Amino acid sequence: METTVASTTPEGDVWGGGNQPLRASYGKMMMWFFIVSDALTFSGFLAAYGFSRFKFVNAWPIADEVFTHFPFLHGVPAPMFYVAFMTFVLIFSSVTMVLAVDAGHKMQQSKVAMYMFLTIIGGAIFVGSQAWEWATFIKGDYGAVETRGGKILQFLDTEGSRVAIGSFAESMQSTATEHAESNGVWFMGGNQQTSYNLEEVTAGFLANDNLLIRTQYLDENGHPTVLSRAASIEKIQNDGKLVVEGANLKRNEYGHPLFADFFFFITGFHGFHVFSGVLINIIIFFNVVIGTYERRKSYEMVEKVGLYWHFVDLVWVFVFTFFYLV
Amino acid sequence: MGHHQHSLAIFRGRLKFKSIEQKIWGVFIFLSIITIVEVAFGIIKPASLMSPFLSPFEGELFATFANIFLSPFIYMKPLNLIFIVLTIVKAYYITWDFMHMRDETKSLRRMVVWTAIFLICYLVLILLIEGDYIFEVYKNNYVKFDF
Repeated sequence: METTVASTTPEGDVWGGGNQPLRASYGKMMMWFFIVSDALTFSGFLAAYGFSRFKFVNAWPIADEVFTHFPFLHGVPAPMFYVAFMTFVLIFSSVTMVLAVDAGHKMQQSKVAMYMFLTIIGGAIFVGSQAWEWATFIKGDYGAVETRGGKILQFLDTEGSRVAIGSFAESMQSTATEHAESNGVWFMGGNQQTSYNLEEVTAGFLANDNLLIRTQYLDENGHPTVLSRAASIEKIQNDGKLVVEGANLKRNEYGHPLFADFFFFITGFHGFHVFSGVLINIIIFFNVVIGTYERRKSYEMVEKVGLYWHFVDLVWVFVFTFFYLV
Repeated sequence: MGHHQHSLAIFRGRLKFKSIEQKIWGVFIFLSIITIVEVAFGIIKPASLMSPFLSPFEGELFATFANIFLSPFIYMKPLNLIFIVLTIVKAYYITWDFMHMRDETKSLRRMVVWTAIFLICYLVLILLIEGDYIFEVYKNNYVKFDF
C-alpha cells in the first residue's frame, strides 16, 4: 500500500496524501487521535467522580456493599464477582479481536470472520451484563429512609446485618393519596409511591427493639456510623422525610445521590461505547464475510475497529478500579 | 502490509514468544492473573494494607516537600495504591500489545501517550485538590449538614 504512489510528483508525494507521517496510515492515525480525545472525555468523568468523592469523602457509599448480587444466587452476598466476570468477558473479547487483526495481516478470511464473531458475542454478553447490573441497582435491595437534609438512614439488627424495610414495616391504612387532578395540572405528578411509607416504617421501627439506624457518615475506621437505639428513635422521628427504594438520578438508597449519578453516567457512557463497538464490529464482520477486504487486499479496517474495541476495554479497566475497587 | 515488524518479546525482552498468537495468549494470561489478584485483594482487604504506611511529616519546608513527594504513601491506603499500580500495568499491556503500540514509531507513541498522560494527570490533580478543599470547608464551617 505505502509504495504505490512512488511515481507521483514530490508535491503529490508529500502533500497529496502519498506520504505517511509516523508510518501510520491516515485512518489509523485518525483513530488514535479520536482515542486520545475520547480518553480525555472519560478521564473528565472519572476525575469528576474523584472530585465529588473527595468532597464527601466521609459519607461515600462503599461499593462492596452496593454491588453484591450475582445472577441466580439469590440472597448470597457475592461482592465484586459479577464485575470481575464482566472484566474477564471484555478482556477475552479483546483477545479475540487482536487475533482477528493478526489473521487479517495473514489474509485468512475465514479466521478473521470467526474471531470477529466471537468478539461480537463477547461484547453482547458484556452489554447484557451491564443492563442486569443497572436493573439490580435501580431496583435496590434493603430500602432506606431519607432525612430532611437529604441523608440516607439504613436499618440494621443488633448483630449488625442489614434489614430490609419490608420485613419490619407495619402495614397501615395508607395515608398516601394518589395525585388528584384537583390538586394541580396533570403533568405535575405526585411523589413516586414506595411499597411502604414513612409512617409505616417508623411504626415498625418503634415496635422492634432490636433495630438500629446506620447513617451514611463513616467513622475513623471507614465503617458507616451505627447509632444507639435511643439516638436511632430520635433520628427517624425528627429527621425522617421519606422512604427510598432503589436508586435513580435524584435519590439513592445506598447513600449519596451523586454516587448513583456517576454510576449511571460513567457505566452508561462506557456501555454506550461497547454498544456502538458491537454495531461497528457487526458491520465489519459482514464486510469480511462478503469478501470486501479480500478484494481490497488489506484488512486494515479490522485493525482500526480493533483499536476502538481495545480502547473500550482499556477504559473499563479504569472504571473497574475507580468505581468498584478503590 | 508485508513489511510490518512485530516485536514478540514482553517484560523488556525477558519473555520471548515464538509467534504473534502465542504472545497474545501470553499477555491474556498475564492480564487475567492481575485481575484475579485485584479481585482477591478487593474481597479480602488485608487489614495491614488499610492504613497508610507513613504519617505526615511535621515541620518546616523540608517536611512540606517530603509530604508532597511521598504523598502516595502518606495520604493513601496501600491497598488503593496497589490497585492503581496494577491498573496502570494492565493499561500498559493492553495498549502496547493489543493495540500494537509496541510496533508503532516512537513519535506516534509519544504523541498519543504523553499528551493523554499529561492532561489527565493535570486534570486529576486540580480536581482532587479542589474536592479536598471543599471537604475541609464543609467540615470546619458553622452550617449543620447532618439533619
